[in-house]
Amino acid sequence: MAIATDVKPADYKTDIHPDWCPGCGDFGILNAIRQALAELNIQPQDVLTVSGIGCSGKTPHYIKSYGLHTLHGRALPVATGAKLANSELTVLAMGGDGDGYGIGAGHFVNAGRRNLDMTYIVFNNGVYGLTKGQSSPTLRRGEKTKSMKEASIQDNINPIAIAIAAGYTFVARGYAMDVKSMKAILIRAIQHRGTAIIDVLQPCPVYNDLQTAEFFAGRDLATAIPRVYKVEEEGFDPLVHDPEDGDEIIAKKVAATARSFEWGDRIPIGVFYQVDLPTLGDGFDAYRPDAPATAMHKQAQPGQDMSPVLGRFR
Amino acid sequence: MVVNKLSWLIGGAQGSGINVSAEVFAKACSRAGLFVFSNIEYHSNITGKHAYYRVRVNQKPIHSPIDGADLFLALDRESLFGDVDAPYPTHRGHIEQVFAGGGIIYDAGLGVSDDQFGRDDIRLFSVPYGEVLKEGLSRGGVDYEPRRHDIMRNMVSVAASFALLGMKMDEIVLLLRERLGADRKHLVDMNEWVLEATSDYVHERYGDDFPVHLQGIDSRATPMLIRGADASALGKLHAGCSFQSYYPIAPATEESEVLTSLQGEFPITVLQGEDEIACINMAIGAAHAGARASTATSGPGFSLMAEGIGFASVIEAPGPVITIYQRGGPSTGLPTRQSQGDLRFAVHPGHSEFPHVVLAPGDVQETLSLTFKAFNYADQYQLPVIVLMDRFLANSFWTVGELNFEGLKVNRGEFYEPNGSDPYKRHKVTDSGVSPRSVPGQPGGQFVTTSDEHNEFGKISEGIPNRHAQVEKRMRKLAQIERDAPVEDRWELHGTEDADVTVVAWGSTKGAILDAHHVVEREGITVNYLQIRMLRPFPAEAVATILKKAKMPVLLEDNFEGQLGRLIAEETGIKMERMLLKYSGRPFSQNEVETGLLQAARGEPQRIVMSTEKSGL
Repeated sequence: MAIATDVKPADYKTDIHPDWCPGCGDFGILNAIRQALAELNIQPQDVLTVSGIGCSGKTPHYIKSYGLHTLHGRALPVATGAKLANSELTVLAMGGDGDGYGIGAGHFVNAGRRNLDMTYIVFNNGVYGLTKGQSSPTLRRGEKTKSMKEASIQDNINPIAIAIAAGYTFVARGYAMDVKSMKAILIRAIQHRGTAIIDVLQPCPVYNDLQTAEFFAGRDLATAIPRVYKVEEEGFDPLVHDPEDGDEIIAKKVAATARSFEWGDRIPIGVFYQVDLPTLGDGFDAYRPDAPATAMHKQAQPGQDMSPVLGRFR
Repeated sequence: MVVNKLSWLIGGAQGSGINVSAEVFAKACSRAGLFVFSNIEYHSNITGKHAYYRVRVNQKPIHSPIDGADLFLALDRESLFGDVDAPYPTHRGHIEQVFAGGGIIYDAGLGVSDDQFGRDDIRLFSVPYGEVLKEGLSRGGVDYEPRRHDIMRNMVSVAASFALLGMKMDEIVLLLRERLGADRKHLVDMNEWVLEATSDYVHERYGDDFPVHLQGIDSRATPMLIRGADASALGKLHAGCSFQSYYPIAPATEESEVLTSLQGEFPITVLQGEDEIACINMAIGAAHAGARASTATSGPGFSLMAEGIGFASVIEAPGPVITIYQRGGPSTGLPTRQSQGDLRFAVHPGHSEFPHVVLAPGDVQETLSLTFKAFNYADQYQLPVIVLMDRFLANSFWTVGELNFEGLKVNRGEFYEPNGSDPYKRHKVTDSGVSPRSVPGQPGGQFVTTSDEHNEFGKISEGIPNRHAQVEKRMRKLAQIERDAPVEDRWELHGTEDADVTVVAWGSTKGAILDAHHVVEREGITVNYLQIRMLRPFPAEAVATILKKAKMPVLLEDNFEGQLGRLIAEETGIKMERMLLKYSGRPFSQNEVETGLLQAARGEPQRIVMSTEKSGL
């Protein structure tokens, strides 16, 4: 571990400028990540960012820490392996909605059931930006963004509801243009012991002409009140207070799932569900109580004596 | 009387205990100081379909199955006569495989008359399994209930064979005790009574003049009886592998099961992923984060891993090691059957061009050594390494006196040390192609890298000079490996330099070739054997030199196309004209190699295909 010195957001800045389009929601998420890591006083060398493919996949290049820009849809399994090899790392997996909910959907679901201690940030803008604006799994039936030839004839998925059903122990939605609340959610997610997912709503100013910054701000509404509101400020309590209480878990999951379907004039952001349950690392630790699985790569002694196990083959 | 030279075969429905029977028999022989080879043939099915297990025992080392059996134990009617009455028959049973003078042990309760066997040159040992069970249980005061106790019929059969072969029951009892554990003492006791009752019955009715006998060799230290899957697991643990991911798939799962069972004793994390795409990416993540990491799969799973191989190679991850257990394909194919059909896929596993290493062990010792070394190649050259195994090597048991761990030295490659001034270049262009690496968490070694083409710093770059520099740097690793790798990792010419026939082969056919070549030489034909262990980078120069001198090179492979032959042509320009192939989903037996090589030596035809299609087994 590094010496505790005050880390500043600037410590996470790199010398190259993001090649995202002006007005892209990715900038807000990037700033929130840098600020959250600094506020948590985590040393850059102890952070590993792992991304998929797409505009969001480039994010690690703009964060001065260890970073790995992987394959389309594969950020979660790569992050899983890295975290299991070295549990001392703060692992942030990230990718777009097509990356995580489309090509990576199997990993998205199964990461939920493992509850490894890491954070997954999904940059959700409803389109495949880098391939020029096709519909993503979160675009609704009947919606047609500007580069689509026809409106979508496939339904959208509800990532919050799926994440809750899949077993994620921290499920939140952020809004990329509200960096302050995004940072606050990120801090809670990173501090959470278990897999945290943050589905981040964000405009794609080039290809998504429906869910724009103006749309989220509610400028088209007669009231001009922002659609995005903070669910916890309206009395919603996402936290399971007694993780041993199965009934409370179910009740909180049901409430969070119901809330996650709210869409239209009002769109909730914030934490939907949080529970403290054993992690995958706890499971592995139980195999060897004398030598926990943390920092496995440091424990493995190559060339160790094999004779104690050879007897079983005689 | 033949002593200590036996081919033993047990057949029955899957789920009827043939695995336990054969493994107990094999281990008892091994413990008695004899050399054992054993392997199973089974369907992709849980219960009911026909399976058989062969155990070959000898006083001298043996490495492969032979066709035919001295003693055949039939647990059911189908094992005798096949499924000829089924709507889509597949086989004709094992009777014709029994050697003249050999015997068949079967249940008198099947109601089969002697003439139905159609053989007057073998001995028939009809044993009333139910009655013997009843008698045995009564010795312990237990009432025989078919539904509860018939599961022990397989042990009646094994005990009958042991009695005919002149072996004592003690070793079987000891093995059952180890297998079942102290808390199931009652089961062991019941088995013991039944074994004794069977032995008494067989001695009384059939005497002790069966023409083959086994005699333990006490002087020998207890040898190991071990599968390729076990040796691979041990190689990984000895190399300090601390992460293995897997998705259940025949015939790769056994290795991960062994590793899982050792999680309490070694610092290794074994994780079952949601699919093979997840598995390879988890292993890449673990390797990237500092672990020696691996995954194991078979062909269908490796198909899903293809994108991961190129990814690991382009980011120059130190691994992972990917163990592929080939099985019959294409597609789902023959899930539980033998094949060497994935050579070309392993050598060209993904889109575009990138360096990786492919190693192909030929036996359990080579599995241990090459699996261990695979991690060194992964770390030293920062690339993925494939260890190409197969179903036969995975699941067959071989007697080895002692596994040899000598000379296996860990080399984790070059690490980056910050010097305080220069910025770290993760993909620094070097003569060897290898750039010293740092590990996440290391102060001063921070880097970001990507599956996109990148520059020395790991930043995305599409510029032309950089593209040239990075492609060439990566590919230079192959040339560096060719310079560094010891010959024994790459190829071996077994036998004399000069021979009438040169067998050219790779992987698990080694055992059958070594066993067969003595027999072929007795016919006056000298044989040597070029075994290729490293398929990429390919030892082109050595192979070309040997082939140019060879009088009659014969390719021998468990596939249709002669894939090694095509690789040789690609790498050396030499076309392999003669080939001995098999793609029935079954391994080469010693006899088939003998027959095939003699046929090849006579000249025609150039392409010989081996098959046991007559019996369908």
